[in-house]
Amino acid sequence: MSNLLLFPIMIPLIFATILMLFPKKIKMQRLIALIGAAATLLAAAFLLAKVYGDGIQVVTLGSWPAPFGISMVSDLFSALLVATSSLIVLFVVLYSFPTIGIRREQSFYYSAVLFLMAGVNGAFTTGDIFNLFVFVEVLLMASYALIVHGGEKQQLRESIKYLLVNIISSALFVVAVAFLYSVTGTLNMADLAVKIPQIENTGILTVIAVLFLVVFGFKAAIFPLYFWLPASYHAPPMPVLALFGALLTKVGVYAIMRTYTLFFTMNTGFTHELLAIIAILTILAGCVGALAYFDVKKIIIYNIIIAVGVILFGVSQMNEAGVQGAILYLVHDMMIKAALFFLVGIVAVIFGTSNLRQMGGLIKTYPVLGWTYLIAAFGLAGIPPLSGFPGKLLIVQGGFEGPQFWGSIVILATSLIVLLSAMRIFIYAFWGEPVETKPLKKSAYQAMLIPSMILVAITVFFGVGAELFMPFVSGAAEVLLNPSLYIEAVFKE
Amino acid sequence: MEIIMSVVIGFLFMAAVYLILSKSLIRIIIGTGLLSHGAHLLLLTMGGLGGESPPVVAEGVSVSDYADPLPQALILTAIVISFAVTSFFLVVAYRAYQELGTDNMELMKGTEDHE
Repeated sequence: MSNLLLFPIMIPLIFATILMLFPKKIKMQRLIALIGAAATLLAAAFLLAKVYGDGIQVVTLGSWPAPFGISMVSDLFSALLVATSSLIVLFVVLYSFPTIGIRREQSFYYSAVLFLMAGVNGAFTTGDIFNLFVFVEVLLMASYALIVHGGEKQQLRESIKYLLVNIISSALFVVAVAFLYSVTGTLNMADLAVKIPQIENTGILTVIAVLFLVVFGFKAAIFPLYFWLPASYHAPPMPVLALFGALLTKVGVYAIMRTYTLFFTMNTGFTHELLAIIAILTILAGCVGALAYFDVKKIIIYNIIIAVGVILFGVSQMNEAGVQGAILYLVHDMMIKAALFFLVGIVAVIFGTSNLRQMGGLIKTYPVLGWTYLIAAFGLAGIPPLSGFPGKLLIVQGGFEGPQFWGSIVILATSLIVLLSAMRIFIYAFWGEPVETKPLKKSAYQAMLIPSMILVAITVFFGVGAELFMPFVSGAAEVLLNPSLYIEAVFKE
Repeated sequence: MEIIMSVVIGFLFMAAVYLILSKSLIRIIIGTGLLSHGAHLLLLTMGGLGGESPPVVAEGVSVSDYADPLPQALILTAIVISFAVTSFFLVVAYRAYQELGTDNMELMKGTEDHE
């Protein structure tokens, strides 16, 4: 079935629309949201198997020939990300049941989550630069609704800043598309990849490449453009924060990876070196923040910024090890960030605060939570059998093979800081003198813990069984490093 | 013609940046409105301003006389998106004014338990 690659976009869209019909019936809302997320995950898994078996899947909407219609392209890279994001949304829906609260559930919470899912999956699948803009707006619009959902004072104050930054970056995206259109005369990504190498005036293309880096850098929170993220992400409730931390910045990272490997390859000496320098500065800026705060949410939020830097450094090397490592680390990071936010969310609920100084001694009363958090923290830092290790190893190897070996050294050194920042939560919250905790019903605790534990188990499996996933990753990297495969697949139709 | 449009768009961007950097929230929203005007006019200009006939198929008009239809479709999409975002932003600003009692961005700093 050739329309299979549209299913992960269409299913959440349809289910989100259905959910808008009866906002007050919470049980139905929960059931239908769960069915929608599970069905999307199933479709994404089928898509991944199909792309792995039969190669790149392409649908040009309305059967117009390739550069004239909107192409939807699903190569292994995008299919892998669609499957991962669908998995995370399913767990976020499960984690929302005990945590989000009835008042929010009754006002279109699950619709917004599924619209965000449709936008993210669409942004990963599209093969048209303006269509990417539209899907990014779909997911941003859903994220605006989610960040202000509930209308607390802090949420209102921070969502104004989040809205403003994203409106400016969207306007810049339109400007960048306008410039690209005036230079090349096309919007289809595969057609752009054909036309850009034919243009002799690479100066203007380099300017457009940097403009796209600025646009996607706002979304992905790279070094000078990450200033909006820590305060904005601190505001919404925990399941929303897990959703944002796992998916939203990764769309920006995906867009940078796609544009910088597919068509902005005319002047790699400048653009990719710039990307490498910015990636390293991003890691350093994130490390400063991760050590500076005594707030469990803030520490994990700054770890998002560090991971964005690590992934982009892998891409900037443009060799096989670097790109493979970046893909592995991207998939790992999406899952581990969601799991960590789930776990610190439980800790914050138990203590009634996210301030580390008011916590302590949790390991005696909640041992399972403690050990699960420890495994997730080791996974984040990249301790060998766990999921952060293979990706980071390949990225470091790519750095040593490529021109920026000093970047690899920075990544290795900052891994220790990542470990320190995550262990600090463990030491302050789980060791030491027990502090008075809020009474928590056993059923509510289990409803929060079980999805988090399953997600941590999946990341452990992803790390231990990295060999199993390598064929997918190397296939994805092959398409990124040889744009001709992508171009042929699109124009074959 | 493109030169004049570029200067006008540059002026719009300048005004938008100046307004966005001001203290009052409503001035910032006016600035985002000007910013999207500038972006949309830029999209129209970068598509090329040649072609006298509107892009509607008609008798006795050759292909080279039509204006480029693609930027017009893109602008139409971008306009509705920025319209939706602006209306949402205005409502959030109104709610924030009700809850926080100020529209001064200087007074909207910090977090609840700021360290």
